Amino acid sequence: MKPGIGLASRAGAAVFGLVSIVATVALVELLIRVGIVNRFIVPLPSQILAAIPRIIVEENVLHRFWQTTQEIVWASLLLAFFGVGAGALLHRVPLLRAACENWVGALAAAPIVLMYPLFLVIFGRSATTIVMIGFAAGLAPVILKTVEGLAATRQVLIDVGRSFRLSPAQLFWRILLPAALPSVFVGLKLGLIFAMINIVGVEFLINFGGLGQLINELAERYDLPATYGAILFVILASVVFFEAAERLERWLRRAD
Amino acid sequence: MSTEASGSARDRRLLAVERVTKRFATRDGPIIAVEDVSFAVAPGEFVSIIGPSGCGKSTLFNIIGGLIGDYDGRVTVAGEPVTGTHPAIGMVFQEESTFPWRNVLDNVAFPLEIAGMAKEERLARAEKFISMVGLSGFERRLPAELSGGMRQRVALARTLASEPRILLMDEPFAALDEQTRLLLGDKVLQIQQALAQTTLLITHNLTEAVQLSDRVLVMSYRPGRLKRSVEVRLPHPRDSEVVSSDAFGQHVAEIWQDLREEASRGIQDDEARMLERGRRR
Repeated sequence: MKPGIGLASRAGAAVFGLVSIVATVALVELLIRVGIVNRFIVPLPSQILAAIPRIIVEENVLHRFWQTTQEIVWASLLLAFFGVGAGALLHRVPLLRAACENWVGALAAAPIVLMYPLFLVIFGRSATTIVMIGFAAGLAPVILKTVEGLAATRQVLIDVGRSFRLSPAQLFWRILLPAALPSVFVGLKLGLIFAMINIVGVEFLINFGGLGQLINELAERYDLPATYGAILFVILASVVFFEAAERLERWLRRAD
Repeated sequence: MSTEASGSARDRRLLAVERVTKRFATRDGPIIAVEDVSFAVAPGEFVSIIGPSGCGKSTLFNIIGGLIGDYDGRVTVAGEPVTGTHPAIGMVFQEESTFPWRNVLDNVAFPLEIAGMAKEERLARAEKFISMVGLSGFERRLPAELSGGMRQRVALARTLASEPRILLMDEPFAALDEQTRLLLGDKVLQIQQALAQTTLLITHNLTEAVQLSDRVLVMSYRPGRLKRSVEVRLPHPRDSEVVSSDAFGQHVAEIWQDLREEASRGIQDDEARMLERGRRR
């Protein structure tokens, strides 16, 4: 029997993580204060923390955060629906998989963000453009990991399903997808990373929408503490979505 | 050689395998996995098929279970031809086959859930079969939290929960140590005797076959044919203590005479093929 991680160990890991972050921030503060790191390039962490109330009140960062969050939610939903769907289709049709898998792999390495003028022409200077670029950037890993997870399902589990006379749809929903879920979620989390990077990046590039636009504006004003403060909200969005993905995965595993 | 089962089995067939032959195409040409195999199993009977590795036992398991469809001959359940998986046949696999994302209770309730049974009823019935395989108290555990023997008992309970007329098992205890195997054999016997469950066990373990069976069918090495049918005349109800009896030893010796010859052929054939492969390289 495999021992699980106990409550005390989990609490210990959380404390260790927190202490590591605080120690790193303190080290950066020290390196800047003694002049090893240039304070005109990297602001003092204490200045960044002090700038946060200012960007909340004056720059309306919470509204920007909400705008970016909505774009990420839409991109994630599109990724889950079309990415997992396309992965299932490629797994179901071997000829299609043989024909497309390498192209999908190549798509993962393509700098989709550079195609933003094309998306602007198609969708205009709008949130739709940002969502669609995020979706396109995150699509490849979701498809590839879904195919991988479905293909790696142990034959004996499929045979069990067949012995209980499951229909093809039951076999997919009751056995293949739950068995592939860990791999599917690895793909979704990777896709989410690519989508978030591109969403904030395109907001920055086209100067539209949420946190990316705010970072652009603050950087142009050379308000470095506020710029880094806004970046902290991007990290916060990343943490929130990752935690949500983890919880969703655990819930789906239980729900089967 | 085709050997027809004898006695009451011939008169009261629940499962009948008639002149079944299966060929596989390989790079080295076609291989006959099983050839002209015929036998029958009567209701409530426990029959084992024993043979050396590579004799086509698992192929026969898949054919009877309906997982392989392209073969010559016929398999029937109560006279009805088996084409694909059959609701009367419940399969227990050699490989670990519990669903790792479901706890013990949900694993066992799986076939009942597929059948559309109401939640309360299916959970009650699943608990009954969990108790039958001796896993009460482990209902909420995930398979990863259980030992190999416990996981195989979950798989057995899950198959029993679907209440098949014929229980078809492919070396379900092959990966377990000898003591666990003997004790699980006791459990299988208890259940089989309590439910009067018609059972066909595929195995390469001689003591297991004699301990559990009413009849043992011995298969030849490739191509797999039925070489002999041996009635096991050991008293019922039986448990693992039977292995220390003289009668048990006599049965084992009798079957081993046939099996030794086939196992030797298998080993010689394997060695010859390895040499041949080495020469080709």
